Amino acid sequence: MIVLPLIFTEGFTLTLMSQIGIGVIFALSYNMLLGQGGMLSFGHAVYSGLGAYFSVHALNLIAKGSFFFPVTLLPLVGGTAGLVFGVIFGYVTTKKSGTTFAMISLGIGEMVFACSLMFPGFFGGEGGITTNRVIGQPFLGITYGPAIQVYYLIMAWALACMAAMFAWTQTPLGRMANAVRDNPERAEFIGYDTHMVRFLTLVLSSFFAGIAGGLNCISYEIVTAENVGAVRSGGVLLATFIGGAGFFFGPILGSIVFFIMVIAVGALTKAWLFYLGILFLLMVLYAPGGFASLIVMHLPVMKERLMNRLWLPYAATLTTGAVLLAGLVSVVEITYHYSLESNTAPQMKLSGFEFDVTDALPWAVALGLLVGGFIVSRFAWKAVGQAWAGIIHTLQERSA
Amino acid sequence: MSTAIELRGVMKSFGNTAIIRGVDLAVARGERHAIIGPNGAGKSTLFNLISGRYPVSGGDILLNGESVTGLKPFEINRRGLSRSFQITNIFQRMSVFENIRCAVLWSLGYKYSFWHRLGGLKDANLRAEEVMESIGLKRRRDTSAGVLSYAEQRALEIGVTIAGGADVILLDEPTAGMSRTETADAVELIRKVSQDKTLIMVEHDMGVVFDLANRISVLVYGEIIASDMPGNIRGNKAVQEAYLGTEAAA
Repeated sequence: MIVLPLIFTEGFTLTLMSQIGIGVIFALSYNMLLGQGGMLSFGHAVYSGLGAYFSVHALNLIAKGSFFFPVTLLPLVGGTAGLVFGVIFGYVTTKKSGTTFAMISLGIGEMVFACSLMFPGFFGGEGGITTNRVIGQPFLGITYGPAIQVYYLIMAWALACMAAMFAWTQTPLGRMANAVRDNPERAEFIGYDTHMVRFLTLVLSSFFAGIAGGLNCISYEIVTAENVGAVRSGGVLLATFIGGAGFFFGPILGSIVFFIMVIAVGALTKAWLFYLGILFLLMVLYAPGGFASLIVMHLPVMKERLMNRLWLPYAATLTTGAVLLAGLVSVVEITYHYSLESNTAPQMKLSGFEFDVTDALPWAVALGLLVGGFIVSRFAWKAVGQAWAGIIHTLQERSA
Repeated sequence: MSTAIELRGVMKSFGNTAIIRGVDLAVARGERHAIIGPNGAGKSTLFNLISGRYPVSGGDILLNGESVTGLKPFEINRRGLSRSFQITNIFQRMSVFENIRCAVLWSLGYKYSFWHRLGGLKDANLRAEEVMESIGLKRRRDTSAGVLSYAEQRALEIGVTIAGGADVILLDEPTAGMSRTETADAVELIRKVSQDKTLIMVEHDMGVVFDLANRISVLVYGEIIASDMPGNIRGNKAVQEAYLGTEAAA
């Protein structure tokens, strides 16, 4: 993490990694609710977003000289704002669990977003609130002018927050959050008020979400209503789920994948959201435990030295999957190009080939790759399934 | 004050159906008290009222002389009453050790702490190990509760119930569904863990009841028709008619 920017000096990579750093804090804070506490929230951006707004106003006040506060610690302003709103909203939302909790969180998310239009003075209306992070005298040469300095700031906060949130899972409250997730009734009969456990979990989670919001404010120097919106709340749910809510490191993986999809794939194609949707769909259907569970399920296989049975089927899956993916991407890209630009610029370029989207041939090739890829992939998946069945059998035999 | 639990005219209705129709009961401290009665008599409902799972429709419940009527389950638990469930009710995804440790945290004062590290809580870890030892699940320490055998899960259920050190313990059919040898083990376990405590249990197995209980109450259609020493209950005419008689005839 420290040497990465030395290798990738492009601004783009730095942006991506900064965003991942913030995303990791946000997703881990979200997973305190979803994974640890069993609370499915549709409004977590409320806490990060309000954290960002309070940070941006604080930064502007500091710039005016109203009071002094180091920019390095500005995320604490965001965290405190998140915590305070966590106390206010969380007390209501955490009275119930399950679907009711999810619905109330959605309602509060909509309410806060509506407020952003009603109070343009605080939320800045359409344009949002802008700021300048370079204020005051440089301290040891740190001005936070160059993106690289902000990158290191984000990484320092990300590491600290990761450590703190992991430590939380090893505390009485963290463990009881698991207990309340698994069996709220029993938790009540061993002395715990489940509402209080959920409430405190949400308040702490909001604190970390607010820190992520504060870092967002420093990184982009603008905070808009989008920061508290449903899209942001949905995004963190997506990232956490893709990574795996059942494991502490799941949301870390999820954020990496998510922001690569959003920023890197987003820079390549307009259809990035479509691909993200497909990835999410596939994960929900075939790997509901996320990437983290896919990794963890291989640990006993590695320990028993049975991976050699998987390499061949996996290689076959990768190869056939590449064909399928090429087919899918071709069909999607050609369709996009056809529907958006076929009248003005029927020519398009895709992985080195140049062709006219009004011709039949590119369509035939793309569909052929898609269908062919799907057919051959099925054989590979079957082989993977058989290899796994054999491995599970062997593992059971060895453990017995 | 030597009464651990006292019920005064406790009533419970669901809609128009009266399930508990005015129960008076006093269980002395240190007593092992069994509640028996035919199916549908309201035994489990009575437990749910005492432990705060359901609110009462009428009457008063006193724990160690203080009214606990209308309190939430966790509040009643904090006052020293703990219960088990007829259908095993544990933290399935957690290990045996974690189950027990969760159950000792509140009583040792760790409450909602997020500034203690679980691994460093010597007293909680020691207490959890002791409880595991006493319920005979030490060798299953790190096994997920969900994959334990039925009898082991029932033992863990009792372990979670007693771990917090409550002095009034309610056990709801602790031996239901067990084989003869498992039942014998369970009886020994209950005898051991209820030492110097007040125990109230609902139980169908008459062998277990007469083996363990100092006193027995017979609940029929939401009313206690007799509450006496085991010997006297056996000879009670009304009880024989209402309960033991029907079973003997069946």
